[in-house]
Amino acid sequence: MAMQTTEGRPDAAALSTEPAIELVGISKAFGPVQANKDISIRVMPGTIHGIIGENGAGKSTLMSILYGFYKADAGEVLIRGQKTEIPNSQAAISAGIGMVFQHFKLVENFTVLENVVLGAESGARLTPSLAKARKLLVELAREYELNVNPDALIEDIGVGMQQRVEILKALYRQAEILILDEPTGVLTPAEADHLFRILKGLKEQGKTIILITHKLREIMEVTDTVSVMRRGEMTATVKTAETSPEHLAELMVGRKVLLRVDKKPATPGKTVLEVENLSVTDIDGVQRLKDVCLNVRAGEILGVAGVAGNGQSELLAALGGITAGTGHVRLNGEEIDLTGRFSDGQSRRARGISHVPEDRQRLGLIMDFMAWENTAFGYHHDPAYQKSRLLMDNDAIRADTAKKMERFDVRPPDPRLKAKSFSGGNQQKLVLAREIERNPDLLLVGQPTRGVDIGAIEFIHQQIVALRDQGKAILLVSVELDEILSLSDRIAVMFDGQIMGERLPAQTDEKELGMMMAGMLKGG
Amino acid sequence: MDTMPKWADVILIPLINLILALLVSGLVVLYIGENPIEAIGILLDGAVGSTRGWGYTLFYATNFIFTGLAVSVAFHARLFNIGGEGQAAIGGLGVALVSLSVNWPHWTVALPFAILGGAVFGAAWAAIPAYLQARRGSHIVITTIMFNFIASALLVYLLVNVLKVPGSMAPETAAFPKGAHLPNAYEVLGWFGIPFNKFAPLNIAFLLAVICCFGVWALIWRTRLGYEIRAYGHSEAAAVYAGIRPFRITMIAMLISGALAGLMGINAVMGEAERLVIDSVQGAGFVGIAVALMGRSHPLGVFLAAILFGILTQGGIELEFEIPAVSREMILVIQALVILFTGALENMVRMPVEKLFLRLKKKAG
Amino acid sequence: MTLMTKFFGAAAAVALSAGAALADPGLIIDLGGKFDKSFNEAAYNGAKRWIEKTGGKYKETELQSEAQREQSMRRMAESGANPVVVLGFANASTLDKVAPDYPDTKFAIIDMVVDQPNVESIVFTEQEGSYLVGMLAGMASKTGTVSFVGGMDIPLIRRFACGYAQGVKAVNPKAKIIENMTGTTPAAWNDPVKGGEITRTQISQGSDVVYAAAGGTGVGVLQTAADEGILSIGVDSNQNYLHPGKVLTSMMKRVDNAVFDVFSKGVDNFEPGIKVLDLKANGVGYALDQYNEKLITPEMKAAVEAAKAAIIAGDIKVHDYMSDDSCPVETM
Repeated sequence: MAMQTTEGRPDAAALSTEPAIELVGISKAFGPVQANKDISIRVMPGTIHGIIGENGAGKSTLMSILYGFYKADAGEVLIRGQKTEIPNSQAAISAGIGMVFQHFKLVENFTVLENVVLGAESGARLTPSLAKARKLLVELAREYELNVNPDALIEDIGVGMQQRVEILKALYRQAEILILDEPTGVLTPAEADHLFRILKGLKEQGKTIILITHKLREIMEVTDTVSVMRRGEMTATVKTAETSPEHLAELMVGRKVLLRVDKKPATPGKTVLEVENLSVTDIDGVQRLKDVCLNVRAGEILGVAGVAGNGQSELLAALGGITAGTGHVRLNGEEIDLTGRFSDGQSRRARGISHVPEDRQRLGLIMDFMAWENTAFGYHHDPAYQKSRLLMDNDAIRADTAKKMERFDVRPPDPRLKAKSFSGGNQQKLVLAREIERNPDLLLVGQPTRGVDIGAIEFIHQQIVALRDQGKAILLVSVELDEILSLSDRIAVMFDGQIMGERLPAQTDEKELGMMMAGMLKGG
Repeated sequence: MDTMPKWADVILIPLINLILALLVSGLVVLYIGENPIEAIGILLDGAVGSTRGWGYTLFYATNFIFTGLAVSVAFHARLFNIGGEGQAAIGGLGVALVSLSVNWPHWTVALPFAILGGAVFGAAWAAIPAYLQARRGSHIVITTIMFNFIASALLVYLLVNVLKVPGSMAPETAAFPKGAHLPNAYEVLGWFGIPFNKFAPLNIAFLLAVICCFGVWALIWRTRLGYEIRAYGHSEAAAVYAGIRPFRITMIAMLISGALAGLMGINAVMGEAERLVIDSVQGAGFVGIAVALMGRSHPLGVFLAAILFGILTQGGIELEFEIPAVSREMILVIQALVILFTGALENMVRMPVEKLFLRLKKKAG
Repeated sequence: MTLMTKFFGAAAAVALSAGAALADPGLIIDLGGKFDKSFNEAAYNGAKRWIEKTGGKYKETELQSEAQREQSMRRMAESGANPVVVLGFANASTLDKVAPDYPDTKFAIIDMVVDQPNVESIVFTEQEGSYLVGMLAGMASKTGTVSFVGGMDIPLIRRFACGYAQGVKAVNPKAKIIENMTGTTPAAWNDPVKGGEITRTQISQGSDVVYAAAGGTGVGVLQTAADEGILSIGVDSNQNYLHPGKVLTSMMKRVDNAVFDVFSKGVDNFEPGIKVLDLKANGVGYALDQYNEKLITPEMKAAVEAAKAAIIAGDIKVHDYMSDDSCPVETM
């Protein structure tokens, strides 16, 4: 089997060294869905190998097979030339594979040290393991810039730090091959740079790294080789130095994609949204928003940048009528009730505020509802959707949904399909179609392209800009600095529930914004 | 994306589950030294082998439809209403009070008021746990269970101290006036010249139950309120985003649920006993939970599951009568097995059947 | 269509068999369980005795809930059982409704009067039997305080209590009588734990003889009395054997005789109307056997037998609580 594959790929035979890890003809189906189809890949030792692909392309499935979560229907895994069965994650660990997940698997109220040792204790007594781990941690910290305080509690340290603990965990288990799944999703640009420095250091020490991401910039920055996946298949493996972002995007989507947002300069009109001293305190008594002041004018996109969890979600929630707050919010000069008593999501919509929430699966859509039911979601009081005072006109909603799905190119265009059956990008288009087609005065939009494939990103950006060009006000929240920089007409940076300052995109750069996002630079 | 045709999901799997449950029940019957084939024969014959059997089976089914619908409506809002028992008991009180309050000239006059009485009392009994859930966050499972006990104690107090016929020893109300007598199946079918067992308690409340099935279907899948209830049930966070107020939905869903449970009194109190006795609900509130689970909270499913449980109840009583060795507790074991197989162990059957269909599909494709 | 005809055929068959001459008698055991060592068990013993005597068969079913009475009664009647005996006052309203629907079926009800042409109502003069055991209690008590544990608080049980109190006062006018009821619902017939608790409380108040008229609950009363070393008095069945030497006597209410009689007379000799089983008819009485002979002195026996004769002769009138819902003797 392995012989045949090698023969079928003459370029592989030319490589002298043995691959650190090799997958041959891996296939995996979930019911009727073919998640991986005959995938072969070879990763050379001491390299950083990127795997890029749209959401649902099968990257995570492939890595789960490698880590023993799923069993492949066909194909085999070779580690350092040895055919290896990986029935579970223990087997993966003993084969020298370490995995850093998108969502960390750490015990919040344990210390860093305890988390590192957890599950890999030698012997019944904990103390020797801890002592050994402490020594190792110090060494690793010196070698790879992996500085962490071994005695800090996980819940007290930042996400960047937590990620380092995950890496340390893998190294402590003597991983030679490190797999990172979308590692920069939660990091500030500075933290991401730091991570890449760590990865390069590890590479120099001879470790093999597989980096799964959908961000082209990261691929270009750190990888040596990159494999592109599309619809469960491996479409190409190329040397990073010999390719370009545009080419990779084309390989991912299967057609030419415009990576930059093409937009005219803004022509802002009157002020639509005025926010004055908006404060929000959550159920635990923690103040999440502190005297936020901002305004958005007609025909302008205000981008709110910031690392996730610094109050942007609360800002959207308070403006969208989900949570109560204090202070003043005026729409077109008219005060909006913030106590939640006289005003909720319904009345905000009636006033002309549309809201594309950050988390479409948790807030924006009901995953078990069909597309047409989701199209009425939040607008189910719309007179056009009613048959009588009591009954809804489901046929009318379905017809309207079909129209919206066509205009926003939602695939498959079947209003009777449940939301969970659509891909991330198409789910997002469903939400956008619902909110944008209402022709709102103000559009609140959070993370419009999170988990959305490149092809759809282009479309979504165009729709947002088109709405701006119609003279609507748009408040955009995103943790993707690229997105903020390319879409916004003005940028406000949030840190710790406060606005750190505003910048014009042309007069700033990632570095300055990154400093502000980290709370290190304040500026009006 | 569905791996199975809908008919397999809705009919085939419950059927396999039911057959499995009956097989295991057969083993239990065998264990106590009785012939399982004979036992199942008696059970079925007693439940559906005569108009008398049907009269009782459908009478019990009517109770279960009301309580099953009650659980279903609440469940669409992800509220687990365990209080059907208490709400039905208090609903029965409402029905009894209405029936006794006036010397009704004719049942057509009495029925609308009795419906109102049962619904309002049942809803009121659900309102307090609903409010505690919506405002104070007290878990509705706990509070509704508690309210079952309170309802039972309250009824005992009222029947012993307030509503008892003076001079009578039994804790029950006086018999309802003639004008509050609901036509039973014998009378109703008699209008059309169809013969039916004269004394079976099946009565016009069965039609009310069928209407309620349709009403609940329309409410849940055709009205704005039902849409909001379902949305809230699927995701509270998303519902709030859409401007659906949790307090309002919790209250309304529970009020409707309690009202449906309360309507059981029309069947059991007004239709059959024609007086209020202690324990008029006879556990139907709890059976309603099983009925709703088995019927997947869909009115049609609830209807069919209620009839199944009606058959089990009536057939069980017959079985106990005919084979004294099969005690009341044995019947409970059989009912529990049905619930176990159709509810808790459903996936045990579902997985292999799904695989089978997948294989068939692959072969065909 | 064939299915429909089958049903109607079956229905017709049931209707026919209802009047058929198969006629095994039927017994519906009331709530509280067949082996309650008291009321239900007395009825069951009567049926058993009938079987032993005649070699016949009878149909039996046991009630599980209050709301099931009507179905059980109808089921029994439709199964062809005849005559059908139902036990206890709680069946009265149901029987009143059901009996006219089965004019060919003969019903007998114990403890309550139902005025229907095919119903025999059998009532006992519990006050008389209770009077006699009350006398024994009054004479056996050393503390001068005796007590009563009732089942469900209904006039019928107050009749027991009132007769008992009169008997106690007849031999000891200064005696103190403590009276408690277990509950207000049918559940009070089958709650031995609570019965025991009540007894313990009464003992702490000085009682040294306790009379239980509480169905299955009485088992707990007698047990506690035996454990705590005081005397007890059983009810309905002869319960002397339960704790030999510790049960003073039992107020016998011959439900067994009543069931046996109804079964024996069958359909042909059925006597509708009210039948009062009093002291004279040996319907009530006190139990004297090898288990309690050491407890009943000859003087006690003589006094009770004299009172019994006087009651039968009409010289002593024992007040019936249910005649005016009040008792001339005060209890606490």
